Amino acid sequence: MSDIRNSNPDGEDYEPQIGPASTDAVGLAAGGSAAPLPGEDKSYSQGQLVARRFFRHRGAITSMIVLGVIIVVAFTSIGIGPIPGWWPKDYTLQYDKIGDGAPTWEYPFGQDTGGKDYFSLVMRGTQFSLIIAFAVGIISTVVGTLIGALAGFYRGWIEAILMRITDVFIIIPLLAVAAVLGRMAGDSGIWGLALVLGLVTWTSLARLVRGEVLSLRERDFVLAAQAVGTGAWRIITKHVLPSAVGVIIVSATLSISSAILLETSLSYLGFGVQPPDTSLGTLISEYQAAFTTRPWLFWWPGIMILTIALCVNFIGDGLRDAFDPRQNRTKD
Amino acid sequence: MLKFILRRIGVSALVLLGASFLMYMLVINSGDPLKDLRESNAQNREQLMAQRAELLRLDDSPLERYWDWLSGVLGCFTGNCDLGVTINGVQVLGLTQQAAASSLRLITLATLLAIVVGVALGILTAIRQYSGFDYTITFSAFLFFSLPVFWAATLLKEYAAIQYNNWIAVGQYAPWTIVIAAAVVGFVLQAVLGGSTRRRLVTAGSAFAFVAVVMFVFNALNWWREPTFGLAGVLVVSGAAGVLVTALVTGLRNRRVLYAALTTTVVGVVAYLAFAPLLVNQPSWLLLAGLFVLTLLVSAGIGAAWGGFSRRQAVLVTLVTGVITSLLVVGDILIANWASFLGLKSRPISTIGSQTPNFTGDFWERVLDMGTQIILPTVLLTLVSVATHSRYTRSSMLETLNQDYVRTARSKGLSEREVIVKHAFRNALIPITTIVAFDFAALIGGAVITEQVFGWKGMGALFQDGLNAVDPAPVMAFFLVTGVAAVLMNLVADLAYAALDPRIRR
Repeated sequence: MSDIRNSNPDGEDYEPQIGPASTDAVGLAAGGSAAPLPGEDKSYSQGQLVARRFFRHRGAITSMIVLGVIIVVAFTSIGIGPIPGWWPKDYTLQYDKIGDGAPTWEYPFGQDTGGKDYFSLVMRGTQFSLIIAFAVGIISTVVGTLIGALAGFYRGWIEAILMRITDVFIIIPLLAVAAVLGRMAGDSGIWGLALVLGLVTWTSLARLVRGEVLSLRERDFVLAAQAVGTGAWRIITKHVLPSAVGVIIVSATLSISSAILLETSLSYLGFGVQPPDTSLGTLISEYQAAFTTRPWLFWWPGIMILTIALCVNFIGDGLRDAFDPRQNRTKD
Repeated sequence: MLKFILRRIGVSALVLLGASFLMYMLVINSGDPLKDLRESNAQNREQLMAQRAELLRLDDSPLERYWDWLSGVLGCFTGNCDLGVTINGVQVLGLTQQAAASSLRLITLATLLAIVVGVALGILTAIRQYSGFDYTITFSAFLFFSLPVFWAATLLKEYAAIQYNNWIAVGQYAPWTIVIAAAVVGFVLQAVLGGSTRRRLVTAGSAFAFVAVVMFVFNALNWWREPTFGLAGVLVVSGAAGVLVTALVTGLRNRRVLYAALTTTVVGVVAYLAFAPLLVNQPSWLLLAGLFVLTLLVSAGIGAAWGGFSRRQAVLVTLVTGVITSLLVVGDILIANWASFLGLKSRPISTIGSQTPNFTGDFWERVLDMGTQIILPTVLLTLVSVATHSRYTRSSMLETLNQDYVRTARSKGLSEREVIVKHAFRNALIPITTIVAFDFAALIGGAVITEQVFGWKGMGALFQDGLNAVDPAPVMAFFLVTGVAAVLMNLVADLAYAALDPRIRR
């Protein structure tokens, strides 16, 4: 059984872990439960082990490929800014309609009511949604890690204040505060929106990192670092955070998928991306009335959101399994 | 324990206060409340602007405005609530009561359903780890929490509501529907129950035959248009539920508990007979609530009387059985009213609104009307939460199933039911309570979107319209209701936590 156990990485477990005891990638790997496959003499570094486990996760690899294709197509097809893409049609121009605008070889996603090429419109929305999602993911990860690490490392009144601030943000429904801020940032374009969304979505990561740091700061290697007179900032960045990297990376991935859903929801409600910019959410809200007559106008943006979020979730799951393989063992 | 609760309430109140201040400042700075007037061509533009500035107290400092709002809210403790007025001069308190009633109905129902279904699925997938069933549920869970709610809502409106309405006009299954449905049920059931190939085949075959026959009988009786359930139905189903609950909680060998559950069922049916005239002739929400409380008391009494050495378990079993029986009784009355309801409303699920405007029907028909309207939004909200709950439950269960004490329990010869229910599940519940409380806040966000798509006049609309007009009073009312609900939910989670984990009782 044991070889099957270790070589079957498909027992995906999506679980943004909570609490200090849950994820401890380094400690575990050192403890031997993440040992290399039996029958192989070669030894691997921690990073190699993680990479090996990740690449054995079929769902995650498929998702990587699909997401990669989506990103490449979205950015190269209609080009970014001044750089032209390979797709011959322009999203601003209205073309002659073929029939009622249903998808054809000429217009693979069909045409909208005015004859615009829907493929380039959807690609443009995808571009904006992707940019916002990744920017939000990065910002919220940086802020969350920083706040969680400071609160967990310094304890005392710093922790009390930071965690109460976190509680304040947790108690306001995320969609509500995001809507208010999104409305305020509406005029400053998608970067403004990404910034404010990043500033409200860091709370869960901050809690996770704090829990992780709370247990790491009691470890001997931190004590050793303190004993030789290492400064607090250096201990946090060089000793504590690298040990918590698994939690952070997984949470960052999952925050990207929730960011894309949050942004599209806000745009759908009218508090997110404002014209002339567009996103997959605004496309859906713009064309949902056409559902019975021109269903393709409704289907494509939704499928894009679903696919992107699904891929990111699977990648996050694969990463989580790779960093914390405890739950892949069958029960015995 | 009391000190612990009081401290939690105190901290929550402070956090709530801080959050309300932040929210207030954000809302009043989120835009220009006079924008529409500035752009209007009305003759008395200046006067209207001055009027609105007066109403919203735009000339006062933000702190004064916040204090004014806060003192109005604090008045709630002394009995004279004042949540302010909207930009059009309407009292927000009245609006909020209406909106909160419909929104909280939706959110509570979705939360309860999500907990029950999600936890059950999580346990099943953990027990059948790496089976086809596990993979299917895992994939569906990922699919559901990657789902844009507003998009799925439109699909549900089209494919569930409109198609169902078309179908119910006839109310007969096509032959191929029967075959497919029976095959699907058989397939799923054998995957869940598992076992040897022979056992799986028997499971699938008998499930197929059972479902096919039931659906055929439904067709023959024209059941979907003129359904009946009846006293016998209540008796049989609630008896079965009692046996099932007993089997899960204590095992059927504990006769005392089994008899307690069956007594509850019989008493419930007798009570139904006794109260039937009252329920049919003068129904009201108050009567239902009163009878529900009575049910709880009587069930607990039966459990305590029968219980003997296993009193606590007996009371638990009789309480659950009692609740199920009372739900079945209400269900029976509703089913009996369905035919006349269809006569009043030939397309039962309309896609807009929390109830049909100007609906003329008696009490039970109005309940049915609200019931059909709440189905789709609830399904949607539940799906997303079920995805989260089932994943958490699964990983939490796997974690405990790997513990040494579970191995010990197995090796000392306990039955699989006892191992899973008593040793593994109870400990797995501890982290789940935290997640449920957290998820509640996410559900409120989902409810805002769902209400928007389904055209409910709930808290979501209050929030959205208020924010669009840069009108702080309704937005803050939304925040107040959802924030207090979230705090209460966290408190309940803390209490459940303390009940489940004696280590944190202080």
